[in-house]
Amino acid sequence: MLDLDDIQYILLNRAPARAGRYEFLSFHSAAAGRAWLSAMLEQVQSVAAMRASIADEKRWVTLAFTWHGLRALGVDEASLATFPEEFRQGMAARAAILGDTGANHPDHWVGDLTRPELHAIVLLFTRDVADRARYQEEHAGTRADFPDTELLSAIDVEAIPPFDYAHDHFGYRDQLTNPAIEGSGDEPTPGSGGLLKPGEFILGYPDELGPPASLPQPELLARNGSYMAYRRLQEHVGKFRDFLAEHGETPAEQELLAAKLMGRWRSGAPLVLAPDKDDPALGADPQRNNDFNYAQADPHGYAVPLGAHIRRVNPRDAAASMNRHRMIRRGATYGPHLPDDAPEDGQERGVAAFLLCASLIRQFEFAQNVWINDKNFHELGNERDPIVGTQDGTLEFKIPTRPIRRRITGLPAFTTVRGGAYFFIPGLKALHWLAAGG
Amino acid sequence: MAIPEGGFFPDDVEYGRYGPIFPKTPACYGFTIVAKIIPGREEVFREHGRTLEKAIKEQPHLLAPLQLHYLRWVLFEIEGATYFMYQGIFDTDFDKYTEDAVDLFSQSGISTVFENLEGFPADWKTNPAAFVEFVRAHHRPSFLEYGEYPYVSADEIKKSLRVKFLLSDILDQMQ
Repeated sequence: MLDLDDIQYILLNRAPARAGRYEFLSFHSAAAGRAWLSAMLEQVQSVAAMRASIADEKRWVTLAFTWHGLRALGVDEASLATFPEEFRQGMAARAAILGDTGANHPDHWVGDLTRPELHAIVLLFTRDVADRARYQEEHAGTRADFPDTELLSAIDVEAIPPFDYAHDHFGYRDQLTNPAIEGSGDEPTPGSGGLLKPGEFILGYPDELGPPASLPQPELLARNGSYMAYRRLQEHVGKFRDFLAEHGETPAEQELLAAKLMGRWRSGAPLVLAPDKDDPALGADPQRNNDFNYAQADPHGYAVPLGAHIRRVNPRDAAASMNRHRMIRRGATYGPHLPDDAPEDGQERGVAAFLLCASLIRQFEFAQNVWINDKNFHELGNERDPIVGTQDGTLEFKIPTRPIRRRITGLPAFTTVRGGAYFFIPGLKALHWLAAGG
Repeated sequence: MAIPEGGFFPDDVEYGRYGPIFPKTPACYGFTIVAKIIPGREEVFREHGRTLEKAIKEQPHLLAPLQLHYLRWVLFEIEGATYFMYQGIFDTDFDKYTEDAVDLFSQSGISTVFENLEGFPADWKTNPAAFVEFVRAHHRPSFLEYGEYPYVSADEIKKSLRVKFLLSDILDQMQ
């Protein structure tokens, strides 16, 4: 049975938010950090509380900490040593493994996210921009009450038009695949892989292999917690549109090329089910838009190229131990919308996303290292994920087509990593324990 | 390809999730694990051979996720002690699919043989890092590797054979 009164809401639910703000904090003393945390506690909602109040609530708050942040709050060295090595090292130290090289290297990241002084993140989601401004001010007031708490940086996120469905700046429908967890009350949609064991995402529960093992100590701190990888991914919309125009003569060809890169039409309709023509109704229908696989339906990639984004980050029946590499994804777009007919304006825009899992090395880092950035994934030889992979202009993208495949060389980087960090997201009891000084 | 002592080219070391990756050679990736067995367990190793043979007969593609060319299991003696050598040739670096390999052996009931090696971590099923550490500590890197068909993957070989058989079939149809 999942402890829905203790697990932070974000693990099992998405807030019905159009706006949000992530604030990155540093504590200059343990006392200040704990006092600030004590003041913030009442805003943090469990899954149960969030579900009960969702109709009336205007803001949703999540708190999480880096390994240095746990130390800054006074967690003792013996406990700190029980956290997994990749979390202790932090995301920037794992750059070579994650493919964060060249323009993506942590040396170029913004927001002071690579400093050991980064201790905590506050995720605020609100129904709209006006609410965000109000609660942002409230949070600033709380920080002002504890002057040894410093705001290192912040990023505002908000939905971009059209507002009737979630999508990124490239125009791809988002939030399509949501793992359903045993005991959460959620039912898996057709094709999304059945109910997953909670221990794949939440510490202290059985995972796909059996009972939980090697939890951080004390158990009170670990139980109902999870790990969260933050990625600030800039999307180069002008470059993406130029690429489509260069390689597709008509709007229809450009749409098909965009679909081939992703594995879905921008409407969300999967190419396996709609290989030749977009089907927006299919894309919008959760009962149908995940109901496909690859090994039987598209083994050679004639619908979804073997290297397309969704075939890499969720290979479905084409990967071994698929359920050991799943993640929960949250996040939102940041930066201004670039209208379809507008030229690139040079402003930063992208996706500020969180990947939540019980093991950063087995889930998040595996997806980055093996699925996204292995040049030889599916024997492709010279490719990486065309949307989020590390691209330096020397790689290609192959589109299986009868009678012979299409091969696009010199694929540009459509995205750049501008920041990232690893956080531990404690359960509510653990938050109280941290606030009380352990 | 001649490989420096220690198994890595110092100026060109790629890092995987569990540490530095041994380089790809004309004979692809691989490892040669040499470890002392717990005395008296020889028969357990031979029984493992029969178990694995049976498992492969029942599920010919059981080991497919590991992208293997060959695996060889050898027992030999040095000064009265029995050692086990496990040599594998495969197409991805060992680091990438470590957890998948651990899961595969955990689930298929063919896991027991490494547990009969001295120093093998008892918690290997839930501690891939300890499993990797044991493998790294007992891996004896080659100083020279050769491939008659250099850098070719098992998948390419299987595809080529399929094309050959299909061509034969086409020619048969033309008679």
